[in-house]
Amino acid sequence: MKSKTNSIIFIVLVILVILFLSPIFIVLMNSFKGQFYIADAPFVLPDAKTYVGIKNYINGVAKINFFHAFGYSLFITVGSVLVIVFFTSMTAWYITRVKTKITSALYYLFVFSMIVPFQMVMFTMSKVANVLRLDNPVGIIFIYLGFGAGLSVFMFSGFIKSIPKEIEEASVIDGCSPIQTFFSVVFPILPYLLIGNKYRTIPIAVQFLQGGYGSRDMGALMAMLVLSIVPIIVFYLTCQRQIIEGVVAGAVKG
Amino acid sequence: MSKTLKKYFPIFVLPTLLAFTISFLIPFIMGIGLSFTEFRTVIDARWVGLSNYVRAFTADTKFIEALWFTARFAVVSVVLINLLAFPLALLLTRGIRGTNLFRTAFFMPNLIGGIVLGYIWQLIINGILIALFGVDITFSAKYGFWGLVVVLNWQMIGYMMIIYIAGIQNIPKELNEAAAIDGASRSQTIFKITIPMMMPSITICTFLTLTNSFKLFDQNLALTNGAPGDKTQMLALDIYKTFYGRVGWEGVGQAKAVVFFLLVAIIAFVQLRLTRTKEVES
Repeated sequence: MKSKTNSIIFIVLVILVILFLSPIFIVLMNSFKGQFYIADAPFVLPDAKTYVGIKNYINGVAKINFFHAFGYSLFITVGSVLVIVFFTSMTAWYITRVKTKITSALYYLFVFSMIVPFQMVMFTMSKVANVLRLDNPVGIIFIYLGFGAGLSVFMFSGFIKSIPKEIEEASVIDGCSPIQTFFSVVFPILPYLLIGNKYRTIPIAVQFLQGGYGSRDMGALMAMLVLSIVPIIVFYLTCQRQIIEGVVAGAVKG
Repeated sequence: MSKTLKKYFPIFVLPTLLAFTISFLIPFIMGIGLSFTEFRTVIDARWVGLSNYVRAFTADTKFIEALWFTARFAVVSVVLINLLAFPLALLLTRGIRGTNLFRTAFFMPNLIGGIVLGYIWQLIINGILIALFGVDITFSAKYGFWGLVVVLNWQMIGYMMIIYIAGIQNIPKELNEAAAIDGASRSQTIFKITIPMMMPSITICTFLTLTNSFKLFDQNLALTNGAPGDKTQMLALDIYKTFYGRVGWEGVGQAKAVVFFLLVAIIAFVQLRLTRTKEVES
């Protein structure tokens, strides 16, 4: 009886997953069609007449200077994740373990920043960044550290609260400085991949394909959508366990 | 330990705090100040009192329309996303084979950026609409509305499902066993045990879906860009267009942003209060 219901659920889930992931396959399929054959019949497989091979990819890569955007994306993504994890975990540990009015005020300030919509600081932030000459890849990483601080301090604090203090105290008794304690005891057990979704530059480049004057190249657009999804999917499939643990840790323990 | 640690403030906190001050605190305070001025480049700001706020609501009806559209969108999305994610989480905690693969698949869309999501769905929705009615998504605000609902559902169902799964797994086994011994049916167990015990997850999930749907921007920009005639424009997109689309309206844009911020803050606060009171101690 139970195994029968479970098989039915299994089949339902398979169908749901196929439906759920079909948009990605539809884009993939269309990226191999000539640009004028896409909008009219997006759900038809490419045939001898509509198939253009990798022409769309070549076009798109040239049009938006894809590898340039990809390089930027990679640098900013990897750079900011490393910087954010490093600095905000230290901050979170400090404000969780040192209980003063200042640290609790800081905690609430970080939490507060999470609900402020980006549009509130969009204009002024770009002005400040301009004045301080932060409008370059390294500066952007610094900006991301500041803007991402709220969320990740919040998440790390939630996690740190669940670590027993005794482990850290033992290491202090052994004569370790707070810095040594943090990096030898606390840092190694933090879930690093809390902060995934920092993947921006390519999507903005894709936006340029939209082009004015209603003349957009649908083929190139499809190809670039595929190219911008592939790195994320590869990344996700390699570290999915940590990503999902990160989501859970952030939501439940925070 | 905390005494020695206390002295390490400059090392542990200062770098983050500096970045936070420069890229959040200062722009935030400047933003509030600028909403009472007229400006093009910040330096030329001139005090105009509340007139930006008055203009935001009275110069045209766009802001109010965007507000109404956003509110309707948020209600529909929050209900739909949670109503779909919760049963999915229930199905995926029954120990069916392939559970991990299913979770992986459902979560995947969440990692794709908003702009890309918008374009993917534009292709699909337009394809369906053209086949059925011979028009595309820009034909009617109704299409745009439901299109955005679909996009956000696709993006967030997997995320919420993961949180719900964690919540279900945290329920002590004894509770379910006790209920089974007492002869509770499956639906009784769900409504009398699972849901009350899951209130913390439900709080988090409604909070995340509500704030995310209220703040939606990228998907809106890519999918409809407000078409037809700014009728599917949500608050964030309206503010963006006021800033960068109309010279001389920067102050109004900033005033709208302040109103937007206050709205999000109030909603988040009220919602957390409401659902927190329903949580039970485990």
